[in-house]
Amino acid sequence: MSAPTRRQIFETRQRRRANGIAAASTCAVLVSVVLLVPLAPGWEAVQRSFFNAEVFANTFPGLLNAFLLDVAIFAWCAPLIAALGLLVALARDLRTPALYPVRLLAIAYTDVFRGLPVILVIYLIGFGIPGLGLPRPWNSPYIWGSLALILVYAAYVAEVIRSGIESIHQSQRAAALSLGLSGADTMRFVILPQALRRVVPANMNLFVALQKDVALLSFIGPVEIFRQAGVYKSLMANFTPYVGAAIIFLAITIPATRYADYLMNITRRTQS
Amino acid sequence: MTLRATSAFCLALCGLGVAAQAQDSCASGKTLTEDTLTIATGNPAYYPWVMNDAPESGEGFEAAVAYALAAEMGFSAEQVRWVRTSFDQSIQPGAKDFDINLQQFSITEEREKMVDFSIPYYSSAMAVLTTQRVIDEGATATIDSLKGLLWGADANTTAVPMLTGLIDPARAPLLYGDNTDVTAAMQAGQIDAALFDLPTALYLSAVVLNDGAILGQFPADRSDNPDQFGMLMEEGSALKECVDAALTRLTESGQLAEIEAEWLSQTTGVPVIE
Repeated sequence: MSAPTRRQIFETRQRRRANGIAAASTCAVLVSVVLLVPLAPGWEAVQRSFFNAEVFANTFPGLLNAFLLDVAIFAWCAPLIAALGLLVALARDLRTPALYPVRLLAIAYTDVFRGLPVILVIYLIGFGIPGLGLPRPWNSPYIWGSLALILVYAAYVAEVIRSGIESIHQSQRAAALSLGLSGADTMRFVILPQALRRVVPANMNLFVALQKDVALLSFIGPVEIFRQAGVYKSLMANFTPYVGAAIIFLAITIPATRYADYLMNITRRTQS
Repeated sequence: MTLRATSAFCLALCGLGVAAQAQDSCASGKTLTEDTLTIATGNPAYYPWVMNDAPESGEGFEAAVAYALAAEMGFSAEQVRWVRTSFDQSIQPGAKDFDINLQQFSITEEREKMVDFSIPYYSSAMAVLTTQRVIDEGATATIDSLKGLLWGADANTTAVPMLTGLIDPARAPLLYGDNTDVTAAMQAGQIDAALFDLPTALYLSAVVLNDGAILGQFPADRSDNPDQFGMLMEEGSALKECVDAALTRLTESGQLAEIEAEWLSQTTGVPVIE
């Protein structure tokens, strides 16, 4: 490689200067937060209630253990959400006049479940359906609570996938049909492979959100991390366990969001 | 309660208040507002602790105890102001908006580190709330039979550690945010039984559940660490010694026992778990 040009040297210097200023201003903000917040008159009380090292050490292992249940619920919900979301998106794209009722049903489904608060759906399905008199184990809150999550999130995923399908230009469909592909094959081999790839980042965001909403299942009984933290809070009259739970959630969701951002960048680069 | 009895009760309270005012100046200057005792209860406050969610009436065990305590500390009934707090509000750091808070707070060592409790004003037995269906299917008031049930409890109560300590169920219990959710789950057949303090269990069984039943009780003296209710105060509250002194006098004079007999008398006669 040849020696850097004057322009390159100038740009390197500029970049270094910008980095230096950014680092200094970040440090200044951090230092002032660390120094000023403890000066607030109630800081000691807040610290004892929210950042209590002893309580943290006592409860963190229990919280980690309870988090396994969150992971398990997420693991069995995610594939079902993806499958149902895809089905609904395809139903909304049906163009055969005879199948219009199916399309209408799909539209009604996404409208209703995107419009309801998740917690309401969990209560309604989690307590309501078992209340009809189902025998065990079919009245388990795990089954019906998971179904509530799946129904709500599949509605969002369906809309995301539909937006992907619609973003593929009409000419692709026309070209595929003119090559002799059937309608189903056009969707399967031409439209979907492109559409799904485009909506991967948007779906990643939904799954990050799902990761947190799994905790809502605790309202109908399962003792996952949020409920376990609540039990500790109540027994010790201390909010530190919630902070512990927040840290565990962040440890999962931050890398996941970063990964989604990374995917989004790749898509943008390949498209431009 | 008849109207006449209610007014007699109120008169008695007011009379006591005036009589006591002269002899107890311990609380003066230590309350949130001068010459007013601010007392917090739950939102809503439940039967039989507070009748009809109206603590101002002085009806219900905790409402009656509150007025008796206020009188003992030198406050007339008019000088008592009621506010409402949730559990989380009562333990949050920072200035409190109540002098004392009574809503069946169990005294525990860990909680004592964060807030102040008065000496206990009630020792509660723990009771097993279930439905007639579960009893018909053969559940009995023995530890062995209880172990096999699917349990539930209110996550905000000390029933959770008691469940493990007293019964140690075979399957992990399900926990809920409040009484209503526990009973909803029981009605839906998702849990067989739940552990509550006895007065609450009696109320839920009689009023809320369709075919509710009390399987049995663990008497207060049964466990090493009985469920004792204390009045919650801010950590380091100057009022604590006054409240404790007044409660001691109420206990020694037998007045506290009388109030308990008046409002919580149905608790006798529930079978004891072997």
